[in-house]
Amino acid sequence: MLYNQPHPLEVRVLSRRFGLPNSQSIETYLANDGYKALEKALDMTQQQIIDEVKVSFLRGRGGAGFPTGIKWGFVPRQSPKPKYIMVNADESEPGTCKDRLLMEYDPHQLIEGILIASLAVGAHQGYIYIRGEYRYLIGVMDRAIDEAYAKGMLGDNIMGRGIKFHLATHSGAGAYECGEESALLESFEGKRGNPRIRPPFPAVAGAYQCPTILNNVETFCAVPPIILNGGAYFAGLGTPKNGGTHLVCISGHVNKPGVYELPLGFNLMRMINEVAGGMRGGKLKAVIPGGSSCPLLKADECDIAMDYDTLAAAKSMLGSGGLVIMNEHTCMVKAALRIMRFYAHESCGWCIPCREGTTWLKKLLTRFHEGMGQRSDIVLIGELSKNMLGRTFCPLGDAAALPTISIVEKFREEFEAHLDGQPCPYEKSSRMVTA
Amino acid sequence: MTFSPELEARFEKFLAKYPADRKRSAVIPMLIYGQDEVGAVTDELVEEIAKRTGVTPLQVNEVVGFYSMLHRKPQGKYHVQICTNISCLLVGGTELWEQACHKLGIGHKQVTKDGLISLEEVECMGACSWAPAVQVNYDFYHDVTPEQFDKLIDGLAAGKKPEEIAEVVKVNC
Repeated sequence: MLYNQPHPLEVRVLSRRFGLPNSQSIETYLANDGYKALEKALDMTQQQIIDEVKVSFLRGRGGAGFPTGIKWGFVPRQSPKPKYIMVNADESEPGTCKDRLLMEYDPHQLIEGILIASLAVGAHQGYIYIRGEYRYLIGVMDRAIDEAYAKGMLGDNIMGRGIKFHLATHSGAGAYECGEESALLESFEGKRGNPRIRPPFPAVAGAYQCPTILNNVETFCAVPPIILNGGAYFAGLGTPKNGGTHLVCISGHVNKPGVYELPLGFNLMRMINEVAGGMRGGKLKAVIPGGSSCPLLKADECDIAMDYDTLAAAKSMLGSGGLVIMNEHTCMVKAALRIMRFYAHESCGWCIPCREGTTWLKKLLTRFHEGMGQRSDIVLIGELSKNMLGRTFCPLGDAAALPTISIVEKFREEFEAHLDGQPCPYEKSSRMVTA
Repeated sequence: MTFSPELEARFEKFLAKYPADRKRSAVIPMLIYGQDEVGAVTDELVEEIAKRTGVTPLQVNEVVGFYSMLHRKPQGKYHVQICTNISCLLVGGTELWEQACHKLGIGHKQVTKDGLISLEEVECMGACSWAPAVQVNYDFYHDVTPEQFDKLIDGLAAGKKPEEIAEVVKVNC
């Protein structure tokens, strides 16, 4: 069982069917409001569906937080080209493990969300791009898709209304970069996952250069409750301009790590102390608020409402909801190094500032953590990172730079403690194994 | 090149998923499922997929180099993948990795002499709230303790199947 016992502070909208017997089956789904939103949407105009999503203030749950209704509105619905729905199930942002649950415990909610999106723009074909490591979920989704076809929810005559929509899964093969929308499209087309220059955005030129709605799994899963209960209901769950609930993946030094559905704007300290059972092994030192691409928060910055705008004002990001909690015994140089090793490994090599920057930073941070750093390196690490910002096709360069800049700025004393050949103050010997 | 009837059926399904002039989309799914059966991405597999999708072998080869799950050389019967990314690092992932290397006497992307076990230090596999996490082939193991991991490695090395090792239970359905 991946999901945890419901916590009283949770507001279970997307996860309300988790834990029901046979929650994967279409029978369970139909017995619990399943496909009722689709039925409702079939009687709405395209503009009405898009407007309802706009009212909900649903924002992209994959990390960027772009308003979903506005994104859908960019699709040129009159275009003679076929339109596609593409689901980003390439969940790979370190700290994030929510899409797994949404697919494993409620696959039909995702299918229904996709179907409503297809009605909103007149698409007749959709694909779910699932990361290769989630092989078992490809099976789960394939079975759910087969059930939906058998019940007439997918196919050439959806719910007997003469509307056509086909859906299939698509397996990735291991590449963080393919979670970036334009790289995902390249990969989907059978190529290396290098990003595309934008504009044009996928809404205009996505899969096969056709208009495409491309959203994260959780974003699609939020659509049925929005259509069923109204956009205003969903918006009211969160804070102004930050609608609804989101699945928060809590990991690291807490007593009860897990995935919890909480309203946007929920206080971070309450998440740690009340929802996740408090700190484990020591006092709070730092938090990654939304996956490893986000600037870190120091302990004294953590009394904060977790929504897109509040975190942006604090110069960080809500990202994909991956909360990594670190206690006082965590070496921040080591954390910075491990994060940078990840980005150096995953950089696709397309843009030189990212390809070279991440590799150089990995080398510098490795040297630093092993006690061979020089004082000037601290400045160099910060400067190198800043020189990557905004100079790449896709946000991977920024994603590598932003947490690094924040660690250097907020935990400079830890870098200084590693100077002059001193061993890492947090461990007896430096044990970083470099792949 | 011939495949099992199951894989042939799967390939046929893959090729039917995409528009008729977009068969190239099937390249990556075919490579990964093909690799599972063949044991590695061989030149023959590349040629065959190129032929069936209507692209050049070069276009398939350039893809193979990009994706971390595609391998030119055979892996062990049990490919043990240990995550050491940030969430796993904080709760013992690195220690599991070192434990495995030490015990088996092999390192990153290496295979034991008997071909039974291969090791890979992997990036985030989406199990952060249940860290440290390990994957054996496609099966997930969560909240793995050093003791459990010891039993897992010992069992696999002794020729047991993962499901015969009582100390660890895969979590995916």
